[in-house]
Amino acid sequence: MSPREQFVAFMTILRKEIRRWMRIWTQTLLPSAITMSLYFVIFGSLIGSRIGEMGGYTYMQFVVPGLIMMAIVTNSYSNVVSSFFGSKFNHSVEELLVSPTPNYVILMGYVLGGVARGLLVAVIVTLVSLFFTDLHIHSYTVVVAIVLMTSILFALAGFINAVFANNFDDISIVPTFVLTPLIYLGGVFYSMDLLPEFWANVSKLNPLVYVVNAFRYGVLGVSDVSLPVAFAMIGLFTLAAFAYSMHLLNSGKRLRQ
Amino acid sequence: MAAMVPALTIENLSKVYGNGFEALKGISMAVQQGDFFALLGPNGAGKSTTIGIICSLVSKTGGRVSVYGIDIDEDFPGAKKHIGIVPQEFNFNQFEKVRDIVVNQAGYYGLPRELAEARADKYLKELGLWDKREVASRMLSGGMKRRLMIARALVHEPRLLILDEPTAGVDIEMRRSMWDFLKKINAEGTTIILTTHYLEEAEALCRNIAIINHGEIVEHSSVRDLLRRLHREVFIFDCVGELPETIPVSGFVTRRIDEHSLEVEVEKGQAVNEVFRQLDAAGIEVRSLRNRANRLEEMFVTLVEGAA
Ligand SMILES: Nc1ncnc2c1ncn2[C@@H]1O[C@H](COP(=O)(O)OP(=O)(O)OP(=O)(O)O)[C@@H](O)[C@H]1O
Ligand SMILES: [Mg+2]
Repeated sequence: MSPREQFVAFMTILRKEIRRWMRIWTQTLLPSAITMSLYFVIFGSLIGSRIGEMGGYTYMQFVVPGLIMMAIVTNSYSNVVSSFFGSKFNHSVEELLVSPTPNYVILMGYVLGGVARGLLVAVIVTLVSLFFTDLHIHSYTVVVAIVLMTSILFALAGFINAVFANNFDDISIVPTFVLTPLIYLGGVFYSMDLLPEFWANVSKLNPLVYVVNAFRYGVLGVSDVSLPVAFAMIGLFTLAAFAYSMHLLNSGKRLRQ
Repeated sequence: MAAMVPALTIENLSKVYGNGFEALKGISMAVQQGDFFALLGPNGAGKSTTIGIICSLVSKTGGRVSVYGIDIDEDFPGAKKHIGIVPQEFNFNQFEKVRDIVVNQAGYYGLPRELAEARADKYLKELGLWDKREVASRMLSGGMKRRLMIARALVHEPRLLILDEPTAGVDIEMRRSMWDFLKKINAEGTTIILTTHYLEEAEALCRNIAIINHGEIVEHSSVRDLLRRLHREVFIFDCVGELPETIPVSGFVTRRIDEHSLEVEVEKGQAVNEVFRQLDAAGIEVRSLRNRANRLEEMFVTLVEGAA
């Protein structure tokens, strides 16, 4: 396929993906807005006012970046996992497999479809957060870079999950038993300073720690981990996830008989 | 002029599924450009497996496939551009609208949006789905869903159209109009391969056929040849006395089965009387005469059972 044709194929997938989650916005956009509002009210306002300062900021200021990141992670991930598994399940993925569209275009189409949803939800959640706190951005470059990398990383992770999934249970196991715990333990609600040294070190294996802290740095200017390390880790995870997704597509495992 | 490259060449194609089942045992066949070709065979013979390999939904274990001279191992995307596929099972998103399904498929072949929409509209009209274009595909009847898959397969105007049981579950009237449509696009130059369990369908549409059974090709010839064989009736004469080694019957293809039985092929237009006359002249008395059944179905059954 010529680059032009590849671009057409890419836009076709992306448009279809975006239309999918727009059509079912009550399942894709609304839940995050509601959950995050509840988090803001409960952790930020009600409980937060009793907690006092965390990392030199009010608790509300401290949790908002983590909660926005949480929304990006879960939405990018769940969009790709349910959309790609859905197309595997109803066999419409064959429409792509029989076409000359290269695998990397297929991957990019699905991933950016998830990224787009992650970004829109991030905007919604940020707007909601403005009812509860003033948001002052420390570094736009860091914020934009980290948001993009994170949503790409978790969209890719969702894709890998979808390739391996055999039924609808398999697409909720990872989000429930892996993703959510990692997010909760990723320093959304607390500073790593609060942990005993051992657990603080264990936490360094959790990619969400880098994601949350790098983003918090972008917003507030404080972080529990060094920024270059955070970017390097996220970049590495993203590259690995991309390479593995491409390997799955090229080998045709679980997609072709 | 150099001979035209075949639309499809399959050489020694084999497939062993993940569970160890050998679905194709090294089949070879060729389909010429412009042909209307039937791939026949009983359930589980390996038809869909063969088609799956050609369009990349099934990975082959061994052998070669080329489409219009393009080897799928060398340039699968290039080969795919020439192929339009109508699978046996419905494989579109039931929640998507009819027109979107066809337009998107065009996009996957790199057709710019405007062209994609124009083509989608053209084929939806031709296949009688225009009124349903804004309907979610799950609301279509079974026959309409098949036609939707045909429209989807044609939207990039492939040179080779492969249909896996396109008329399964389609009523007689609709089947006839589908036949007319397929004949028309074949006449316009599209090579067509279809699988079917209706032999009259193969007879009405196709010029050449292959019959596959247990992963092996048991017959690969033209329909005309096959029908000629069918128009030749075979009679078995049961004779009273012992038959001589050389049969005293001329003008017919004969075969001595045993000392009492004689097989005679009678072409259309020849009279069985003539055989009697010659046997009588040679002093051979016929006790009884039977007809070896040989309708297309019978031949099919014979071929398929012979390979079992
Ligand atoms: N994914 C699979 N794993 C294992 N065996 C398979 C798989 N798909 C098909 N088979 C087996 O391969 C053989 C050929 O199947 P195939 O679908 O090619 O038959 P077919 O000729 O299309 O039959 P039908 O007329 O019923 O559609 C069958 O025995 C089938 O059980
Ligand atoms: Mg089949």
